[in-house]
Amino acid sequence: MNGIGVFVCHCGSNIAATVDVKKVVEMAKLEPGVVHAEEYQYMCSEAGQERIAKAIREKKLSGIVVCSCSPRMHETTFRKCAEKAGLNPYMVEIANLREQCSWVHKDINEGTEKAVILTRAAIAKVSLNTSLYAGESGVTKRALVIGGGIAGIQTALDIADAGYEVDIVEKTPSIGGKMAQLDKTFPTLDCSACILTPKMVDAAAHEKINIYSYSEVEKVSGFVGDFTVDIRKKARYVNMDKCTGCGACMEKCPSKKALSEFNSGLSTRPAIYTPFAQAIPNVPVIDPSQCLKLKNDKCGLCERVCQAGAIDYKQEDEIVTRKYGAIVVATGFEVIKLDNYDEYAYSQSKDVITSLELERIMNAAGPTKGHLERLSDGKAPKNIVFIQCVGSRCADGKGKSYCSKICCMYTAKHAILIRDKYPDVNVTVFYIDVRTPGKNFDEFYRRAVEEYGVNYVKGQVGKVTPEPNGKLTVHGVDLLDNKQLKVEADMVVLAAAIEPSPEVRNIATMLTASIDTNNFITEAHPKLRPVESPTAGVFLSGICQGPKDIPETVSQAGAAAVKVIGLLAKDKLLTNPCTAKADELLCNGCSACFNVCPYGAISYEDKLINDHGVRETRRVAVVNNALCQGCGACTVTCPSGAMDLQGFSNRQIIAEVDAICR
Amino acid sequence: MSINQEFKPKIVAFCCNWCSYAGADLAGGSRLSYPADVKIIRVPCSCRVNPMFILRAFERGADGVIICGCHPGDCHYSTGNYYARRRMTLLFSMLDYLGIEKERTRVEWVSAAEGVKFSTTMNEFVSAVRELGPNRRLGDLRCKD
Amino acid sequence: MQRLIDRMKELLADGTVQRVLGWKQGDLGYNPEPHYFNSAEELDEFIYDGFCGANLSKYMIKGSELEGKTLVLLKPCDTYSFNQLIKEHRVDREKAYIIGVGCKGKLDIEKIKAQGIKGITAVKGAEISGDCDELTVETVYGEKKVAYKDAMLERCHVCKGKEHKIYDELLLDSVDTCDGDRFECVDELDSLTPEEKFNFFRKELSKCIRCNACRNVCPACSCRKCVFDSNKFDSAQKANVDPFEESMFHIIRAFHVAGRCTDCGECSRVCPQGIPLHLFNRKFIKDINEFYGEFIAGEDAETKGPLTDFTLDDIEPGERR
Repeated sequence: MNGIGVFVCHCGSNIAATVDVKKVVEMAKLEPGVVHAEEYQYMCSEAGQERIAKAIREKKLSGIVVCSCSPRMHETTFRKCAEKAGLNPYMVEIANLREQCSWVHKDINEGTEKAVILTRAAIAKVSLNTSLYAGESGVTKRALVIGGGIAGIQTALDIADAGYEVDIVEKTPSIGGKMAQLDKTFPTLDCSACILTPKMVDAAAHEKINIYSYSEVEKVSGFVGDFTVDIRKKARYVNMDKCTGCGACMEKCPSKKALSEFNSGLSTRPAIYTPFAQAIPNVPVIDPSQCLKLKNDKCGLCERVCQAGAIDYKQEDEIVTRKYGAIVVATGFEVIKLDNYDEYAYSQSKDVITSLELERIMNAAGPTKGHLERLSDGKAPKNIVFIQCVGSRCADGKGKSYCSKICCMYTAKHAILIRDKYPDVNVTVFYIDVRTPGKNFDEFYRRAVEEYGVNYVKGQVGKVTPEPNGKLTVHGVDLLDNKQLKVEADMVVLAAAIEPSPEVRNIATMLTASIDTNNFITEAHPKLRPVESPTAGVFLSGICQGPKDIPETVSQAGAAAVKVIGLLAKDKLLTNPCTAKADELLCNGCSACFNVCPYGAISYEDKLINDHGVRETRRVAVVNNALCQGCGACTVTCPSGAMDLQGFSNRQIIAEVDAICR
Repeated sequence: MSINQEFKPKIVAFCCNWCSYAGADLAGGSRLSYPADVKIIRVPCSCRVNPMFILRAFERGADGVIICGCHPGDCHYSTGNYYARRRMTLLFSMLDYLGIEKERTRVEWVSAAEGVKFSTTMNEFVSAVRELGPNRRLGDLRCKD
Repeated sequence: MQRLIDRMKELLADGTVQRVLGWKQGDLGYNPEPHYFNSAEELDEFIYDGFCGANLSKYMIKGSELEGKTLVLLKPCDTYSFNQLIKEHRVDREKAYIIGVGCKGKLDIEKIKAQGIKGITAVKGAEISGDCDELTVETVYGEKKVAYKDAMLERCHVCKGKEHKIYDELLLDSVDTCDGDRFECVDELDSLTPEEKFNFFRKELSKCIRCNACRNVCPACSCRKCVFDSNKFDSAQKANVDPFEESMFHIIRAFHVAGRCTDCGECSRVCPQGIPLHLFNRKFIKDINEFYGEFIAGEDAETKGPLTDFTLDDIEPGERR
């Protein structure tokens, strides 16, 4: 039954020069289980492989050891060779006699002695190998994109263009995300809506894209290639099939006190609304917290004015269940709450605003129709102060430790736009550092300083005090001149830090994707796999992974799409057979393995176990082979040894240890 | 000293497949020599190294055991070496507490690009173990005086 | 104690619980043992006094599989183990009705014997209702007086506190018994030379007879089958072929319970050879506290254990604090 063959390669003279290969063959023959051993000049060559195949067939070998170069070089070669000869490819072990022996040990006696030991260890291991088979799993050829901002839209478009179906789930009534709120974009100053809305229209019109707006992901189960997702379509109270988007309902709605989310709360909107004029879908929703009909059963005006008969006060949330092969997280960001930064008087003065609010003020469709004016009295400001890094790069725990990355550039943009349109307005920017790594970014910043005369002051602001005359005094410090500064301002703009959307926590939990201390989703590898999450089949697009600007977001969105396409293009997924496996009889169901698994590959089942005649229901660990990547973290955390790693089992490694220490 | 020159320690090195094993290959490719006493066992990740393996090695006569993995933050499996780091920190501290010289155990993070580091680490480790002489303590805790 | 018995009978009578997991009078008067009482009548043999050191939480693994609820008596320190077992899904909280019983320190008969007292027939003054100041030891040679504190288990001198971490109701008063630092013994050993440390542990571990009492009593050692009894590592202990195996067993056992051990001290209490096994666990606990921040296993049933967790800047192996 047990017949091991050993094949020692000379690798020309690479091995043979400092290892006595004949001696290795001779010693290998003495090992238990070895029925065949030979040496040859180049085992990896056609002729060498033919020798191996011949020996496997003729001597009915159950396992082979190839003593050659590193397994990182030719393990696959020899596995394929074995498979062709009818041996399971995982019945092959490599003794690394070149990189880890002949090349580093000059003395032939020493080298030979070590080579014999390494061969012995490989023989000991292979005699415990078991045949392993790569599993196969199917692929549902549809992708889910969570989030309908520029990241989600771009990812969806790219996937759909490759011919695969994509669903976008967007929590708000319209896709578009934060980019829709922006006025102009740096460093080209083109209008944000002008470049975004065509993409929104493309997405809506694409036959392969289906948009679930005003919807949220409720539950995710399954694994790569085969996810099942419950999507909650929140009640819109408007029938999407009937609505023509005429807008009569919004015009007539008497409840107009709700703050407009789209205008960052700077204007109001009716209870029945679309977030903005170019909303997609162009179907309003009724905000149940504002609607008089839904609240007190009064009014009903919208129903009366709707000629299409689309208003439906009885509509309820609906859950749809869909299958996906891949999921892309594109949940985006929010601006942080400024509660911890009261020294900047954000809550005390209407004229202290965030940069996103300034975007709305500057925008022609915004609350001031694009006129730069103070929100307190509508007067045109003469002096504007920008404060950078509000809540970013905070080591004190008050804000975020990271750099929000986009603020330096959008502040330069704001400064340029203001100075361009209102040359008599003085603009001062307090900064810690100006960071401009990006194509044409530094040039853009220098234009702000050199061409537009924006006053950049290196230093932080300690306090902003509202004065009785309606002005604001900014108490700052100029670090280059080393002096305290008091600047009088009519308007102060805070570059508030950005943070991942709060929903991302919940979504990450559902997807078993890990998040870091700042709630950014962790990528599978920070350098080499930046758009994949450690959970197979889950990809990252946009700011959910880390702060980034629009061009970066779009590139990452494309990269995520490529990964999705690569996955969906496959009919079957082959799974690495060297995965963890739990012995049901030994499993305590203690969850230790679950706690250390980076891939969410372990779940628990209450299973009827027959333990040597005793039948009982036990909670036992089950490994999903499609998700497990075979790191082995679980095997060590398991106290009973129930969890083992196929291909690197406890007994195999112990056998190697024993063989080396013999 | 002359006795120690004769002494050929048994050294078991557990190397993770993705970084340290590749680092050892690079040391080989660059012909950076280190003592032949070092025998490498390939594991997928440093988190695959069970304390049982280490004690077993000592039990069977190893004089030193070294574990090499990817640098923290670079683990192929994202988090494996962080778990390994905690486990080995505690295990080695325990062995030290039991009177086992701490020079006999070591963890080193070696990347696939650090062939030089692999070689110098092994040279250092082996000479430290040689200095101590054979490991008699871990095999015979029960022997009476 | 009558109050406790009355309450237990009440809960049995009204069907809240099906049985009581408590302590039963032993044959010697100072060796009570854990016992399931299935009826009010059986409770006649119930005892709760200073000798009831046994931690009953592990018995609830079996209790969780039985029909209906089990009333379990837990001392403050036992509740940590119970929480830990909940965290590991080994006991079912819903199947337990926990009466947190007070504790005035638990006694160690060996400590009395160590004072040169021989031929003990009975020990008086260990009743939980008493003031627990002085014990009267009846021997075949007459009565001897021993201060309660001098007969207490080591673990009670370094008690974690008398607060129950989980319970349905509380009964009987506790007395604070802590008058020592539980890590002093570890520090002392740590300050020795490797040679001295080695000699100390060699002497202690040489006594081990691999009776597995420590493993059987330990609430953290709750594996269905121990690795040392399975072939998973080729580590099954057939015979003492290899002298190293005892030390390997104790090191690995301590490692497996690291981050899970509540320092209940049962291992040392039950060791027939008197090996101070808690010294292994305390070392891990002390290291965990120093390296990764204070962690008390079983303080709650949710927090991740230190060995299934990490931070990006943990200290490196071999690094000194």
